[in-house]
Amino acid sequence: MKRVNATLLILAPLISLWAMAQAPAGGELRFCLHAEPKTLNPLLVEDEASETIRYLTGGVLIRLNRRTHVLEPEVATSWKVSKDGRKITFSLRQGVSYSDGTVFDSEDVAYTIRALMDPELHSPTGDSFRSGEGSPQVHVIDSAQVSIEFPAPVAGLERLFDQVAILSSRSRQKELAVLGPFYVGEYKPGNYLLLKRNPHYWKRDARGQRLPYLDSVRLDIQQNRDIEALRFQRQEIQLINGLDAEYFERLSAQMPGAVQDIGPSLDTEQMWFNQVTSAHIPAYKKAWFASQEFRLAIAEGINRDDLCRIVFGGHATPAVGPVSPANRFWFNASLKPHPYNLYGTLRRLQQAGFRLDGETLRDREGHPVEFSILTNAGNKSRERMAAMIQQDLAQIGIRVNVMTLDFPSLIERMTRTFDYEACLLGLVNVDLDPSAQMNIWLSSASNHQWNPEQKSPATAWEAEIDHLMHTQASTDDSSKRKAAFDRVQQIVWEQAPFIYLVHKNVLTAISPAVQNATPVALRPQTYWNVESLTLAAERRASR
Amino acid sequence: MRIMRRIALGILIGVFLVSLVAELVAPGLYAVQFRDAPNAPGSREHLLGTDELGRDLLARLLAGTQVSLLLAPAAAFLATLIAALVGGVAGYLGGWWERLCLGAVDLFLSLPWLFLLLTARAMLPLDVSAWPSVLITFVLLGCLGWAASARIVCAGARALRYSDYILLARANGCSETRIALRHVLPNLKPILLAQFLISIPVFVLAEANLGALGLGVSEPFPSWGGMLRGLENYSATLANPWKVAPLALLLVVTSCFQMIFPQEGLT
Repeated sequence: MKRVNATLLILAPLISLWAMAQAPAGGELRFCLHAEPKTLNPLLVEDEASETIRYLTGGVLIRLNRRTHVLEPEVATSWKVSKDGRKITFSLRQGVSYSDGTVFDSEDVAYTIRALMDPELHSPTGDSFRSGEGSPQVHVIDSAQVSIEFPAPVAGLERLFDQVAILSSRSRQKELAVLGPFYVGEYKPGNYLLLKRNPHYWKRDARGQRLPYLDSVRLDIQQNRDIEALRFQRQEIQLINGLDAEYFERLSAQMPGAVQDIGPSLDTEQMWFNQVTSAHIPAYKKAWFASQEFRLAIAEGINRDDLCRIVFGGHATPAVGPVSPANRFWFNASLKPHPYNLYGTLRRLQQAGFRLDGETLRDREGHPVEFSILTNAGNKSRERMAAMIQQDLAQIGIRVNVMTLDFPSLIERMTRTFDYEACLLGLVNVDLDPSAQMNIWLSSASNHQWNPEQKSPATAWEAEIDHLMHTQASTDDSSKRKAAFDRVQQIVWEQAPFIYLVHKNVLTAISPAVQNATPVALRPQTYWNVESLTLAAERRASR
Repeated sequence: MRIMRRIALGILIGVFLVSLVAELVAPGLYAVQFRDAPNAPGSREHLLGTDELGRDLLARLLAGTQVSLLLAPAAAFLATLIAALVGGVAGYLGGWWERLCLGAVDLFLSLPWLFLLLTARAMLPLDVSAWPSVLITFVLLGCLGWAASARIVCAGARALRYSDYILLARANGCSETRIALRHVLPNLKPILLAQFLISIPVFVLAEANLGALGLGVSEPFPSWGGMLRGLENYSATLANPWKVAPLALLLVVTSCFQMIFPQEGLT
């Protein structure tokens, strides 16, 4: 018996050492933030750098699985939305603690929601929850159940909680006490942030090992993309989340296995004409811009394939409308991009009263067709797209002047003075649900860029879009919502208030040292499953 | 030295003539996008290769040369003229004039030059076609870039005011106008020349900065400044070394400008 015990005593540490060697653990993942995070308070996040920190540190009630597009329980084990879409009730996970050891319960959820909806805080995340006059009521049922009642229905209510990191109502560390896989361990402004593994993180893998596997994540603040690419080549960082096509090609030549084109992103690049009635634009130009035929002719006069091939090195997809094919459920697959057809474009323009006089297109009154496209300076891909559109439209006698402006001046012209003719910009979509686009499609919305903040819809088709957007937002029936939003996409395709150009592809670079990485189209593309990421043993050893 | 001066002059005239001839032989080639050959290396069709939109780099370089070779010196001339006037008056007349002029100079120098340019350019019309945008950009550079030169000219003129030969001229009954035109101005020439030469590359680079902020020469018109922006991506430049051509030409041309003027006059 003693011999057996002795053998066990010798074997036990060996077995545990072997098990430790098999278990993926340890290491520091490094990648770059492209700007200084504006806040570490998860309720005040509105920039990409802060969003990265929120994603890596914040514990949420519900998480959208970036790969399957399905909502999954996190610190809530289940939830139920009332039939009228105004109330949501959560059952919470028991035995969960914040990074500083403070216990999590329903009071923390109530505290977070109250803070989120506090008008004094001006939380951008909270804005998505505002559905009507009045504040939402939070009812703490018991320590593991909480319900939130909104004054009016909130479309796609549960998916909004993917952005809400639950704060602790009791911790002395305030918002620095987190429920997510990492907590902010060190922050040197302008230099780096070090996120350390949360020792109290509740999630475990299938073998029962506590997640995350990584010891820490170091986020170096680096604005220069060139330096970022060089550091990736030197293996000083292991991830690049959104690569430009130019860097992608270069890295692909040097490290072919490390870069991936995931396909179209949710983001769109589009141009539109200023249709604001009070804008200081000659009346004859306003008439062009208000003409459906003119807008469609421009849409058909732009060679989207060339834009994708030349500006984005083939790493973009011609756009059909506001929804990318990456958004599998909401994309209206019956629509195709406007075909590039110069002959058809000219015929359409002639039908609308325009005529080609030598090399100049003129309208009915003889005005040469000339307009300027405004875009933001310093954005090379947009400047190049504008130059290509300039040449495309020159072939049908339209003279385009390209104006580039710094972003604040551009926004000033776009939203306040309306001193522009056409604008080329992009839209970053972080949400799959069409309700997130209410602020664009409603004619009364401030982001209804071609003619914002209308008192009543200026056209019949805008009134129909208003109706359809309200319809999809006020029902839980996904087939009805889908039908309504498909029709919105159809109207946008037919009327071309936005002339959609391309969806940039998601381009990523992941070092071979990173294991379990499965990049996806949704943000954050490379580290959405950060808790499962590990670093190869040799990489850890070489540090 | 004279041989070097002639060579430099020959190079400048050569470069300018080639850029003129190129535009006459193939007008508007700089804007044509050969979309099947973006970022192509040098070849028989495109001697210096093409840019990222497939536009012939040589054609763009030559068209940009016309712009920069004509307009940067013109803007430098305008700035030097204003500097001569303000600095000359301040230095030669002295007293209240000097305080007033130097106050204006100090005000201009205290304002961040780039932001001043940005503000002034943003206030002017932006939705103009290529040539007017070129003219606006360089006139603006000339009108705003005189202050530093004026201070130097002022110091030179002040030194002349108390010089023996000016006192002698005044004692002999020369009028102030005659003194200014016949004695002061010729003696300020070396300073003005130096300021003029220094201003040329400064204005080329200022145009590049304005271009980077969207306020320079508009597409599809090329300028050296705009082409120098292509060099900001170090790795891309390493991969496509023919993109250095505009920088090389800028160095050659500014060096030639330095050489064509008599050096003894500058000291």
